Amino acid sequence: MSAAPSGPIIAPPRQRLGDWAMIAAVAGLVVASFVTLDIQWAALFAPDSLSKMGEFVAGFVPPDLGGPFLRKVAAAAFETFAMSLVGTALAAVLGLALALPASHRTTGGGITAVREAARLVLNVLRSIPELVWAAMLVIAAGLGPFPGTLALTFHTAGVLGRLFADALENTAPHPANALRENGSSAAAAFLYAKLPQAAPQFLSYALYRWENNIRAATVLGVVGAGGLGQLLYFHMSLFHFQQVATVLGAMLVLVALVDGLSFAARRRLTR
Amino acid sequence: MSANAPELRDPAWSRRVGIALAAVVIAWPLLVASEFRPWVLVGSDSGHAAMRFVASFFPPAASTEFLRMLARETWITVAIATSGLTLAFVLALPLTLVATSTMSISALGRNRMPAAPFAVRQAARWTSVLLRSIPELVFALLFVRVVGLGPTSGVLAIGLAYGGMLAKVFAEIIESTDRSTSHLLLANGASRLQAFLYGVLPQAASELVSYLVYRWECAIRASVIMGFVGAGGLGQRMDESMKMFNGGETATMLIVFVLLVFIADLVSAFLRRRLA
Repeated sequence: MSAAPSGPIIAPPRQRLGDWAMIAAVAGLVVASFVTLDIQWAALFAPDSLSKMGEFVAGFVPPDLGGPFLRKVAAAAFETFAMSLVGTALAAVLGLALALPASHRTTGGGITAVREAARLVLNVLRSIPELVWAAMLVIAAGLGPFPGTLALTFHTAGVLGRLFADALENTAPHPANALRENGSSAAAAFLYAKLPQAAPQFLSYALYRWENNIRAATVLGVVGAGGLGQLLYFHMSLFHFQQVATVLGAMLVLVALVDGLSFAARRRLTR
Repeated sequence: MSANAPELRDPAWSRRVGIALAAVVIAWPLLVASEFRPWVLVGSDSGHAAMRFVASFFPPAASTEFLRMLARETWITVAIATSGLTLAFVLALPLTLVATSTMSISALGRNRMPAAPFAVRQAARWTSVLLRSIPELVFALLFVRVVGLGPTSGVLAIGLAYGGMLAKVFAEIIESTDRSTSHLLLANGASRLQAFLYGVLPQAASELVSYLVYRWECAIRASVIMGFVGAGGLGQRMDESMKMFNGGETATMLIVFVLLVFIADLVSAFLRRRLA
């Protein structure tokens, strides 16, 4: 008869020096961050700061629900909605245009330089955030929703183009090959063999980006790119916090609305 | 054409035309509302000014003094993200522990929680939803008004917005763990904290930390963006250079930003792989 097992049933995890070094590095980063930043803890935890904060928060209620202001908010909300939808739609078109050269199978396999160049363009578009695009485009196109729309378009085109290209590369090659070997043009092979396979994924990605873009579109206005964000910035600069509260409420409603629409569209289109 | 050739007609054409028309009808007011006028980019004075601005991107600014300033601002950006996320973590931890029902003693052995604990859970959940649904940029704008320009507002904005986000996702991760261990511990008299440390954490730890690291990567991006409303760091300097039409400086900062995000990606991927 064997002896009853002693000690824990599961062996404790082995501790490695590397793990401790990693933890120390992370802790060091956190400590260094707090030490080097000039955070005004004193101002934050001063005896009267709590009451000041309370006053500040109390300034938000009641939200301004007067007719003229609500109309202004509604107009700005529609502008934001339009920016997000137009931006996403244009991004899908631009993204698809860039995804074609960026997916190697549609370029015939041999043209890797074209693929790499297209991927580089997509990476650059994607790595600059919407707000930075908007700040630059406001210089080019003036204040208003148009630079905001373009900012969404450029950033989202980078994201969607990359996703579209990957989706195209992951389609089964046989239908397109069969069409090509039987004499179809490249365009016909793409439209009738590649696109039907990838279209549900394209739609799903585009809807997902739309949900992201409505969130981005609400704040783009703080650099002058139109919509609710511009209204928010304006009233915040004048310390009109009751109006700010209304605009914030409108942002939350708009985001929830688009999430709902996107959910409904996803159910209908990708069934 | 022979009589028995297939009829060359698109059976779906009426549907296609209908969809195309509907798209135009929907797109028109949207294009008007977003003031979609691409020609202003090429024709107008601002278009020309923009061209000059873009042309001045080359060569990017590279004087030693400028680069030294940039290194300092880049560190501030990283520090804002790290401090903000630490604050968010400190805020999220209690919210998560309150919001999850996995460690509820009052729910043991029955299907529903009593009213009072249920209300407390819902309150914690709604707090995190509210914090999460306000964009961090809006928090930054608010704090810039309250505590003034500088990194403090950035840290607080990330702390609050990401605190809500972390609390929500942490709660979801914990709720998705197998409850039998924690319930067994609780039923045998363990405290809530013991149940969390020995019943929940071993199952959820790697996922929790992985999400935290992913959020750090997002926080770096957010802290650059918040600079545009005056929360310090790289974004604030970028905003200043753009407003002064200094293309060379803008170009260098864009390059530094892209590199920073790339490095944060790498670090985050490395940490998550190590922890998995």
